[in-house]
Amino acid sequence: MKTLNTLTLKQTLDLIEKNEISAADVVKDVQSEIERKNAELNIYLTLDKNAIKTAEAHTDQELKGIPIAVKDNFCTKGLRTTASSTVLDTFIPPYDSTVTKKLKTAGGTIIGKTNLDAWAHGSSTETSQFGRTLNPRNPDHLPGGSSGGSAAAVAADMCIAALGTETAGSIRQPAAWCGVVGLKPTYGRVSRYGIVAMASSTDSPGPIGKTVEDCSILLNVIAGQDPYDATTSPKPTINYTTSLDKSIKGKKIGIIYLDIPELKEIKSLYESQLKIFEQLGASIEYVKAMDPHPAIGVYTVVQRGEVSSNLARYDGIRFGNDRSHFGAEAKRRIMLGTYTLSKGYSDQYYNRAQQVRSLYIKDFAKLFETYDVLVAPTSPGYAKKMGATEGSSMFGELEDMLLEASSLAGLPAINVPCYKDDATGLFLGLNIIGAMFREDNVIQIADAFEKATKWNSWRNN
Amino acid sequence: MKTNIVHHIAQLANIPVTGDEEETLAIAFDETLEVVEKLKEVDVTGVQPTHQVTGLMNVLRDDIVDASRMFTQEEALANAKATYNGYFVVNQIIEQE
Repeated sequence: MKTLNTLTLKQTLDLIEKNEISAADVVKDVQSEIERKNAELNIYLTLDKNAIKTAEAHTDQELKGIPIAVKDNFCTKGLRTTASSTVLDTFIPPYDSTVTKKLKTAGGTIIGKTNLDAWAHGSSTETSQFGRTLNPRNPDHLPGGSSGGSAAAVAADMCIAALGTETAGSIRQPAAWCGVVGLKPTYGRVSRYGIVAMASSTDSPGPIGKTVEDCSILLNVIAGQDPYDATTSPKPTINYTTSLDKSIKGKKIGIIYLDIPELKEIKSLYESQLKIFEQLGASIEYVKAMDPHPAIGVYTVVQRGEVSSNLARYDGIRFGNDRSHFGAEAKRRIMLGTYTLSKGYSDQYYNRAQQVRSLYIKDFAKLFETYDVLVAPTSPGYAKKMGATEGSSMFGELEDMLLEASSLAGLPAINVPCYKDDATGLFLGLNIIGAMFREDNVIQIADAFEKATKWNSWRNN
Repeated sequence: MKTNIVHHIAQLANIPVTGDEEETLAIAFDETLEVVEKLKEVDVTGVQPTHQVTGLMNVLRDDIVDASRMFTQEEALANAKATYNGYFVVNQIIEQE
């Protein structure tokens, strides 16, 4: 008899609707799993001890009290929020981020706050000042990052679904490394208000879940213009679940990045999976996009510049501990950002980076004149082993090479698992990118791939 | 990168660093700048910089007070390490005569 924490979001909603299970029972099974595995995997930093009561109180609402894991960079009122840094180790936010407020209003239960790279600075969750999270698929390996805790919580059935944020890969990459689905919405589709800021011009909160459907259900809850975040879009949202179960006949898919030298070893694995799209009636074409290598430099400069500004608010006076508590990675990023924005250097570094950014935006826009989506590997390889980030000050940027350009352009994209190595238990992921505000295409095509293949761990539920 | 520049940046960024940290940071900076220097290989003639991708401009709101968003004094002070009579306490920065 499988425990309720192994259900998908859609299954849980259906069973609660039919009164076959209660949200409180789901919470209890999730909490039992957390009790069993959290000491080993270090996924949650804080748990909400009122979760069962919350679930019982919200069972008549849209999300029916279902337990959701939230990355610890979302301010949750009354519940400790640390951004995985000792600067904020006792910080209790006096307000909710817009996204967690929407989650609560829709009846979601926040089961706890998940581990991340400190300040979201990373692609491994190893820079967390509360210890690294381990990959539930293979605990000798990392879960990716920065939303590693959230992706791992989903993979380990230690939640029903989760929330993460992406600045340049931080939803898609850990989703790929943990073999789950991670959806990065269009920049401005989901409010950043109340989220510990990293790079304000690319930060995008989004869902991480067991299926594409689960992610689209959560996106419905969190998307929309927010008067408290001036960068959110006035464009109306749609019902993202209407993009599910639709034929992709006639859709044009552009395959990019596959000829890059770093992908030599896994190229043929991807080529075999891409044939699925043709079997489903879509056309695939290998096409040249702008070389992603310079995007590493663009992202490095833009992100560190914006980080140096955003993290200036942590002065240890109004809240938190003083700036000596910043970890090594945070110090490096703040200071590099300060340097590239400083007098005499901003032209050659920051302004130039923003010019190269424009080139990427133009390049994608041109490709979307022909293609409905662009598809590429999410990560240059499988989840790396524990300790892989040590001694490398550019680990994250190099790992996210295939993701930075689309994040800098603000495009919506999703990771779906597309291969599993049975020997190691580790996964590869497919990155499906759409034009601005075309989450419908992204979801439709990802959903079709997921349902036509065997890579989804919950397909036999 | 020279450690005296690292020292200067640490002051600009208001981040306490030790002498040892300055040396490690100098090496890390060089690693990062090596990657960043590659940007100079891209031809950006006539290209406008992009600072944000939304295209939105001048997003304003009415100048009215929204009481639901106000903190009480207690809420505002709740996370401070040092308070005094309802004030945040800061280190002295002005010398007394």
